[in-house]
Amino acid sequence: MDTRLSLLQLDSVTKRFGGLTAVSRFSLTVGAGEIVGLIGPNGAGKTTVFHLLSGFHAPTEGAIRFKGVSVVGAKPHQICRRGLARTFQIVQPFVNLTTLENVMVGAFNRTDDAAAARERALEVLEFVGLGARRDVPARALTLSDRKRLEMARGLATRPELLLLDEVMAGLNPTEIEAIIGLIRRIHAQGVALLIIEHVMQAIMALSQRIVVLHHGEKIAEGRPDDVARDARVIEAYLGART
Amino acid sequence: MGAEVLLGLALGALLLAPPFLPPYFLEILISVMLFGYLGAAWNILGGYAGQFSFGHAAYFGIGAYTSTLLFLNLGVTPWLGMLAGGVLAAAFGLFAGYLSFRYGLRGPYFSLVTLAFAEMLRVVAVNTKAVGSSLGLVIPNREPAAVNFIFAGKLPYYYVILAMALAAVWITRRLERSKLGYSLLAIRENEDAAEAAGVDALGMKLRAMALSSFLTALGGTFYAQYFAYIDPTITFGPSVSIQGLLQAIVGGAGTVLGPVVGAFVLTPVSELSRAAIRGRAGVDVMLYGVVLVLVISFLPHGLMGLRRGRGNPPRVPLQ
Repeated sequence: MDTRLSLLQLDSVTKRFGGLTAVSRFSLTVGAGEIVGLIGPNGAGKTTVFHLLSGFHAPTEGAIRFKGVSVVGAKPHQICRRGLARTFQIVQPFVNLTTLENVMVGAFNRTDDAAAARERALEVLEFVGLGARRDVPARALTLSDRKRLEMARGLATRPELLLLDEVMAGLNPTEIEAIIGLIRRIHAQGVALLIIEHVMQAIMALSQRIVVLHHGEKIAEGRPDDVARDARVIEAYLGART
Repeated sequence: MGAEVLLGLALGALLLAPPFLPPYFLEILISVMLFGYLGAAWNILGGYAGQFSFGHAAYFGIGAYTSTLLFLNLGVTPWLGMLAGGVLAAAFGLFAGYLSFRYGLRGPYFSLVTLAFAEMLRVVAVNTKAVGSSLGLVIPNREPAAVNFIFAGKLPYYYVILAMALAAVWITRRLERSKLGYSLLAIRENEDAAEAAGVDALGMKLRAMALSSFLTALGGTFYAQYFAYIDPTITFGPSVSIQGLLQAIVGGAGTVLGPVVGAFVLTPVSELSRAAIRGRAGVDVMLYGVVLVLVISFLPHGLMGLRRGRGNPPRVPLQ
């Protein structure tokens, strides 16, 4: 991919926590409007990559550029302002606020006006299918709705790139089907997506390109069906043939 | 709409009844309004932003001392001195807040630092001759003059503190519906998630700090003018800090009316238990303590939690 066109670009990024190397010389690009899947066994370093991209961690080495500008050292809210939003693997709703108020917090990313934020939030709630739950405190939402709320709050910030961290984990097949549909509709609005997911048939169906992390290193990258046949990927997931 | 009618009636009574009240009740009502006002000021930082300050006495004392010193030494009217104290307190709040927030102090660590700042100011005041040391400052009896914030009788003071309390409630209402208000609630709920959703947590907390400390300082000036006497223990001591946060927590932290409601319950309880149990020092304080324990055990969301229905969720879960 032509790096000049890429929205997000990681060059040889390493993150060490003391003696533990969580991510090692990891490079990645995500183009505007692209859907990229980031997979790997538990503990591979996927969520650490998200923390690095969203400003919660700073890389030990390497460069991270979003729209051509380095985001290293920027705070999470500054990165969000630039157009890169994320969800959390363990959903983090503001439990004592209503669903609408939760999403309004995200909408304030692009406006100082409460009425405009409310309007944007209502629009996003309809879009993700939470319109009827707008006045319910977030603590009363089901897990499936909480995942939608995470996505709604991220979307309300009007991102160009949205990072989704296991938004299907813990959901039943019907709910997963619905989330896949939602992700497609988000993509259709021109938002690029980088998705961490363990639900394989979902990530394989959604992604235009898949990147596989194992022990913090990239072991494969390519089209979903090629990656699925890759011997190193199979070994990482199932263990070596004996 | 029953609640609005009730609020209107209460407001009417607060405006019209006091001239006909006996002095003792007027005094209690002034205390209620002062504590309600201080609770409302604390509530902005503690209730909405979830940053539990144990040291709001620092701002109260800065307000009381600034206006009083300006008045006694330079003849500046306390009305102006009040604003000067507010600005100075906000500056100090920003300084203390920046040091705490910048280095990521959260929860009890933040509370302890605010307590330490207030104690520091108290010790400085005790040891500084220019501000009267531990003897404090007396505003000598003088001719009543509205321009100098000195009134004959208690009634005018009542209306001043009533106006301040209403203003604080109005500011809180405005805040609750603004970007700052939503941002503060989000920070209180989950600071990392708020940041990820674009909330400038440091900037928003500092704004809450500045507003909260500014308002608290105005309460300090009122206290100084009303009692005509301040000393380091009264103004910078922990009891002022605790009074403010108690009203808010008992009434309902993170609600617009909570602090005022709390003051209407706590102040009479404190006064009545003192009046009922004379001669046995401390028993009234124990009774007051029992009421506090009961409220916090059975009403973790404060008295305002009683009237919260669907779509109006309780704001602060006390840990």
